[in-house]
This record gives sequence, C-alpha cells and structure tokens, in this order.
Amino acid sequence: MTEPLIQMKNIEKHFGSVIALAGVSVDVIPGECHCLLGDNGAGKSTFIKTMSGVHQPTAGEILFEGRPMNFADPRDAMAAGIATVHQHLAMIPLMSVARNFFMGNEPVKKIAGINFLDAKKADEVTMAEMKKMGINLRGPDQAVGTLSGGERQTVAIARAVHFGAKVLILDEPTSALGVRQTSNVLATIDKVRKQGVAVVFITHNVRHAMAVGDRFTVLNRGKTLGTAMKGQITPEELQDLMAGGQELATLEGSLGGTV
Amino acid sequence: MAATDQTDERVKEISRFRQALIRPELGGIVGTIAVFTFFLLFAFDSGMFAAQGVMNWGIVSAQFMIIAVGACLLMIAGEFDLSVGSMIGFAGMMIAVFGVVLAWPMWLAIIITFALCLAIGALNGFIVIRTGLPSFIVTLAFLFILRGFTIYIPQTLESKTIIGGIRDAAEGDWLAPLFGAKIGKPIFQWLGDAGVIGVFERGNRMGEPVVDGIPMMMVWAVILIVFGHVLLTKTRFGNWIFAAGGDAESARNSGVPVNMVKISMFMFTAFCATIFAICQVMEFGSAGADRGLLKEFEAIIAVVIGGALLTGGYGSVLGAALGALIFGVVQQGLFFAGVESSLFRVFLGLILLGAVILNTYIRRVITGER
Ligand SMILES: Nc1ncnc2c1ncn2[C@@H]1O[C@H](COP(=O)(O)OP(=O)(O)OP(=O)(O)O)[C@@H](O)[C@H]1O
Ligand SMILES: [Mg+2]
Repeated sequence: MTEPLIQMKNIEKHFGSVIALAGVSVDVIPGECHCLLGDNGAGKSTFIKTMSGVHQPTAGEILFEGRPMNFADPRDAMAAGIATVHQHLAMIPLMSVARNFFMGNEPVKKIAGINFLDAKKADEVTMAEMKKMGINLRGPDQAVGTLSGGERQTVAIARAVHFGAKVLILDEPTSALGVRQTSNVLATIDKVRKQGVAVVFITHNVRHAMAVGDRFTVLNRGKTLGTAMKGQITPEELQDLMAGGQELATLEGSLGGTV
Repeated sequence: MAATDQTDERVKEISRFRQALIRPELGGIVGTIAVFTFFLLFAFDSGMFAAQGVMNWGIVSAQFMIIAVGACLLMIAGEFDLSVGSMIGFAGMMIAVFGVVLAWPMWLAIIITFALCLAIGALNGFIVIRTGLPSFIVTLAFLFILRGFTIYIPQTLESKTIIGGIRDAAEGDWLAPLFGAKIGKPIFQWLGDAGVIGVFERGNRMGEPVVDGIPMMMVWAVILIVFGHVLLTKTRFGNWIFAAGGDAESARNSGVPVNMVKISMFMFTAFCATIFAICQVMEFGSAGADRGLLKEFEAIIAVVIGGALLTGGYGSVLGAALGALIFGVVQQGLFFAGVESSLFRVFLGLILLGAVILNTYIRRVITGER
C-alpha cells in the first residue's frame, strides 16, 4: 500500500458546546478516491474543513506526508497542494468567472519589476478548463452571479481540479449538476486519481460513491462508523450505514425501492 | 460534446456601443457630462471656465478625489471609515504640534504624522477584524476620539484651537514641498506671457499669471487615482480587495488573506486622509481643530456616485474620481452661477439619487443580481 498523504488521527472539533467531531480518523492515499458518507449534520463538511485549513481541530493530529501539519489558514493548505470545493462553493457572485477561478491564486506577469495580474492567461485558462467540464461560458468576464447553480458548481470544481496538485476535496460537488455534468465530474475524479492525486469525495448518492470510490468512510453524529474498501461492501449495506443503520429497510418497502 | 464547441446560441448579440456603455463608471460619466453641460449653459460667462475658475473648482475636486480614492478601495473591500474627517483634522494638528509647537524639523513632523495616522488606520482595521463589529461603529468611535484629541491637544499646549506658522516652519525643508509646492510654474508664466491665461494687471504681482502653477494637492489626486485604479484592476491584490468585500468567508476559504487586505485598506484610507491634511495645512499655513468636518460623508457620497456598492465587492476608482469631480464642480459652480448656496444640497441630493439609480441598473445588468 502506498504511504498515506494525509493522516487524520482522532480529530475532534467543538463549536462552543456543540461537538461536531468526536474523534474521527481517516487516511487519504495518493491515487485513491476516499468517499465520505453520512447523514445531514454528521460532520462531513466540518471534517474536510479541518483538512483544508479552514478550521483548526480542537484535538487530534494531522500528518501531511508523514509530518505533523498545522495549517493556520486555507492559504497554507492551498500552497501545499490541497484544493477544496466547499459545499457553499466559495464563489463571489459579483466577480467574473475568471477572477473567481483564480481567486487567491492569481497568475502574475512582471512588467518593469512589478507583478501585474496576467488577465489574458487567466481568461484563457478559465475558458479552456470550463470547456473541459462541458460548460460553454459566454465569456470569462461573465459575472458568477449570472450563472446557474450547476454552472457555478462546475466552475468551483474546475478550479479545484486545476489547483489540486496533491489532494482534491469535493464536498457534495454534484448536488446541483445535470446528468452530463455529473458524469463529467465522476470521470474527472477518475482521471485525476489515475494521475496520483488523492481525492476526498463527499456525497449522499451511493451510486456515485460506488462508481468512483476506492474506500468508504461513513460518519454518524461526529463519529466514524467504520471504513470499508471497495468490494468489501455492497451498495445496500452502505446505504443502510449512511442512514444510521435503522428504519431505511422499512422505509424502502413503503417507497417501493426508490431510495 | 460537439455542441460545446460552438458559440453560445442563447446569447443575443450585444452591440459594441451598448457593451462599451455598460461599465461601473457610467453613472459617474453621465453625471459629469450633465453637470458640465449645465454649467456651460448657465455659468459660462461667470469666469468659471477661465484659468482661475478652473483652478478654483479643480482644487476642490482634487481634495474630494484624494479621500474618495481611499474610501473607494475600502468600501470595495467591504468596510467603511467614518473617521476620515477627524483624521484630517488630527493629522493637520499633529503637523502643527510637531513642526511648530515642538519646533522639530518639518520633514520629521511629516514622517511621524504619517506613521501615527497609519498606525491609527491599522488599529481601526485590527479592531474591526478582531471583534467582528461593523466598521461603521468602530470608526464612528474613532470619529469622536480623534476629533476630541484634535481639540484637546492644542488647547492644552497653546490655549487655542488654531495653530499657525506652519508655512514658516516648512521654509527650506526638503520634504514639505512635496505637499505645499506648485509645479509647472515656468509653463504658466509662459502661458501668461503668451496671453493664453490672464496676468495680473496691477499690484505687486503685476505681470505674473493669475494661475502660477499646479498645486501638489492636484498632483497627489492624480497619483492616487492612477495608483488606486491600477492596484484594483491590474494586480492580484486588487482581486483580493474585490473578493474580501464580495464575500469575506468565501474569499478566506479560497486562500485570500482577507484580514491583511482589510487592514491595509484601512491604512490606505488613513494615508489618503493624511496627504489631504498635510497639503491643506501647507496651503493655509495653519492647522485648525475643525478641519475635515463631514469629509467622511463627502468621500462616501463621491464613491457611491461613482458606482461602488455600499455593501462592498463592487466599484471603480475612476468612477469615484468622477464622483469627486461632480461634487467639486457643483459646489463651486453654483457659487459662480450666483445661485443661493443652499441649493447646492438640493442639487447634490438629486445627482446622488440619479447616479445611484443608474448605477444600480447597470450593476444588475453586469452581475445578474436579482
Ligand atoms: N461554525 C459552526 N458553529 C457551530 N456549529 C457548527 C458549525 N459548523 C458546523 N456545526 C455543527 O456541526 C455539525 C456538523 O455539521 P457539518 O456541516 O459538518 O455536517 P455535514 O455532515 O456536512 O452535513 P450535510 O450533509 O448537511 O452537509 C452540525 O450539527 C452543525 O450544526
Ligand atoms: Mg456538509
């Protein structure tokens, strides 16, 4: 087995009196897609935010490439090659697509010793990357506020794929996507994984998880219910675990197997 | 995926003309044209457009521009500074205290005043960031604190609220001319000799042109506008300013050093206020405890006329500069036109309303805001 890129050990995160994470351990391995699953409020987003430098864990240890890491803020994590698509996308509606795409990572060119924004490069890269994702933009200067929800999500994903040199974290990236864009995202996950990038993929859709996941961790109320490898678990078992194990079977009967 | 290679068939062709018009500065441009048309029609013979008249409203506009640039960048970064006016009074008073009362060399007084004011700007920003309070409240507190010191200090030291003698103290100093001098004097002398601009007919300045140079206040206005515009639109830091004001949380999560950006914009606003103050005391030769009153609102109005969004994340330095120009021209122009000066406020209110309505419409078109 390849050496884990990130080891999260017994991560706890408290928000005042709320215990969002009560000791979660997860390994992220290069070339693998690690699916995080679990109910609403299980702590998935909180967990990946400690990985991407947004939150500092209350307790627990994070090892990055074998060394303890302390990302003070997301900028540190990005510099280390960790890119994230947050559930709330982290896009600024008033700004253009290209400016959003490169927010925090702007390309620069030197003119007379001063660093200026390389707007031409930013525009070209943005258009090219968006085309790859199957979305044709009207122009790189179109404001993100004028995009549809799915188009916005695609910009955020394209951005993370572009900058995620080592780790790509996707928090429910397909929740607003159409069929074609979803398969595109799943294909992209597969592609970057093959290039040796470690992917962390949060989803509520078992079929999507089974399609690209190598490893599945289910969270429930801030704790791990366990990690399973691909092939060790059936979609039905996974589904039951995600719902906390109970009731779904009875529900499934009454809903005619649609869940 | 062949379809994605074509241009989007769902977009209507937008004419070049319309595209060129739809920009954040449009409100400012239209307002400027309207104001100049108005005064060209109604006050052309008043001397408003002769050399002296141009210099008159030019200077006032330049003053507004200097503080508007700072207020503009800060507003785009999502914050306000209501202490600008008090900062102007305070900075001017500090120049007088260090340079005249304590009789330090003027260059030292200037440098220390800058350092002090930048530190106060940083403190403003730091408190806003740390407490998460609205900058409106924090800087309102500094509006009172700084104004209080500006009155208290000269009263305690000199038992008066106006300290003069600054021009004498600045005589021969190497740094003071950067704020108090006029440039291009030979050109204006030549223009006067050539009869392009008027010359004094009698008195001890006979033969000298009525306008004998461009004051540093105007030079600073141009420098700051160019700097602010380039910083905002052509650099990575500019992108951070937009991002910090657009949505601080998202910007932070995308790796933008939001706190640093906001604090430096508070410092830049303080910097602009200090430049304003020093140019002013050099021109007047004195510092007064009531200087800069209400300037913060004038700056904010200029910025809003110029197309910036009060809640941050959107705006233009060029627009703010035009807003300041409108402000200056209207204020001085009504005087030239011989109109009752109270009408200035009526006029200003109408322009503010008109520009903001136009700006809101344009912003909706550009950003798809609903
Ligand atoms: N900043 C915060 N302050 C206080 N409580 C928080 C904060 N962020 C998250 N929580 C709490 O932590 C718990 C876990 O939230 P989290 O967003 O991680 O859930 P999730 O698994 O991502 O859910 P979903 O599937 O709905 O996205 C929730 O109970 C939430 O209320
Ligand atoms: Mg979540």
